Amino acid sequence: MCLGIPGEVIEFLPDQPDLARVDVSGVRRVINVGLLSDDPPAPGEWVLIHVGFALSKIDEDEAAAALEFLEGIGQAYEDELAALQESRIE
Amino acid sequence: MRFVDEFRDADKAHALAAKIAALCEPGRQYKLMEVCGGHTHTIYKHGLEDYLPESITLVHGPGCPVCVIPMGRVDDAMHLAAQPDVIMTSFGDMMRVPGSNGSFFDAKAAGTDIRMVYSPLDSLKIARQNPDKRVVFMAIGFETTAPSTAMTVLRASAQGLDNFSVFCNHVTIIPAIKAILDSPDLRLDGFLGPGHVSTVIGCRPYEFIAAEYGKPVVVAGFEPLDILQSVYMLMLQLAQGRSEVENQYTRVVPWDGNVVALQAIGEVMELRPYFEWRGLGFISHSALRMRPDYSAFDAELLFSVPGVRVADPKACQCGEVLKGVLKPWECKVFGTACTPETPIGTCMVSPEGACAAYYNYGRMSRQRVKEVTRS
Repeated sequence: MCLGIPGEVIEFLPDQPDLARVDVSGVRRVINVGLLSDDPPAPGEWVLIHVGFALSKIDEDEAAAALEFLEGIGQAYEDELAALQESRIE
Repeated sequence: MRFVDEFRDADKAHALAAKIAALCEPGRQYKLMEVCGGHTHTIYKHGLEDYLPESITLVHGPGCPVCVIPMGRVDDAMHLAAQPDVIMTSFGDMMRVPGSNGSFFDAKAAGTDIRMVYSPLDSLKIARQNPDKRVVFMAIGFETTAPSTAMTVLRASAQGLDNFSVFCNHVTIIPAIKAILDSPDLRLDGFLGPGHVSTVIGCRPYEFIAAEYGKPVVVAGFEPLDILQSVYMLMLQLAQGRSEVENQYTRVVPWDGNVVALQAIGEVMELRPYFEWRGLGFISHSALRMRPDYSAFDAELLFSVPGVRVADPKACQCGEVLKGVLKPWECKVFGTACTPETPIGTCMVSPEGACAAYYNYGRMSRQRVKEVTRS
């Protein structure tokens, strides 16, 4: 829950501009990007996600560093990814 | 992976360590608190204390949201979950936190409808799919998760969803830091500011620490070199007699935070007069509740919540650990009666809790490492 996980924005949902499909370590899920409405991310850009909400934009290098950090954490990140896999935000 | 290597480079770590050591005044002891549980995790995983001179002690702070939930609130949540037609939803981290009658996991095993969700938004879907049930989301966390709860309530309100509510346990980091600064138990020299919380609140809220308490604050990233760099920045301020707020984690943290997130919190929630923290006791204006405009989503108003205060188990010394007064291994039940599999205290539950981090990475005090290696 506390982990900020990096995801790459794939596309925005056509009828819901607050929602975007992102790729997190190969898992594609929908998240809310409403907290970045001041400076929305474009497809291909990376965001740091907390409990289904993008909280900040990050660059690709930072995303790679964050991902490596999370993979090093082990179980906690696996649990977070498993939870994300079950997520069905709509 | 250039970036990762850059943040893990052992030569750079040793170079930073030498610069830090050169800033230590002979005979002076330094106590620096890392407020955030994520930092605690990095420090133990990478053995960062081994890079620091013995005169610098890193003290672990209260920034693990699961760890600071008092037992009474867990019991209140269990009471809510047991009401007719209620589905309780919760982050996975909360499931093993012990109340006085067991954890959410225990209640779930006994047939109570408690469901793990990744996001509060997942609770909305459950509410839509179960119109004859009342879905209560167990909201916990600092300013990192509070905007998500606020945005979820705004969405539920916009969609006219009337069977969703929030049991709000969101806490705010600044009053906890102030309580620690005002506590006579501990004299601190500076703070490593939390990374993700600062993404939301920015760096300005820490300015009183520098201005009124004369302690430096450096908002720090989560990579090992981020933390060493931040310790260096703190030590440089101390050596130069400065106390300022600096941002080491500019890659992610804007100085003014996330204004949209702060507005969402402010729209939906307001400060409580006081709130109980595990180990720290009651702290004024340290937590959030629903504003009256959103009372239709406030589980504390929709249901009767017993609000019983439960003392922590006598054997558990999480309070002292959360205040940084005791190191985890100094607790009487650490690693014996209290382990991540069967936690007594909250600090052993979350992987970001100081006790779990110590337990998982087998860290001991540097003094004890020396004793062990000598014998």
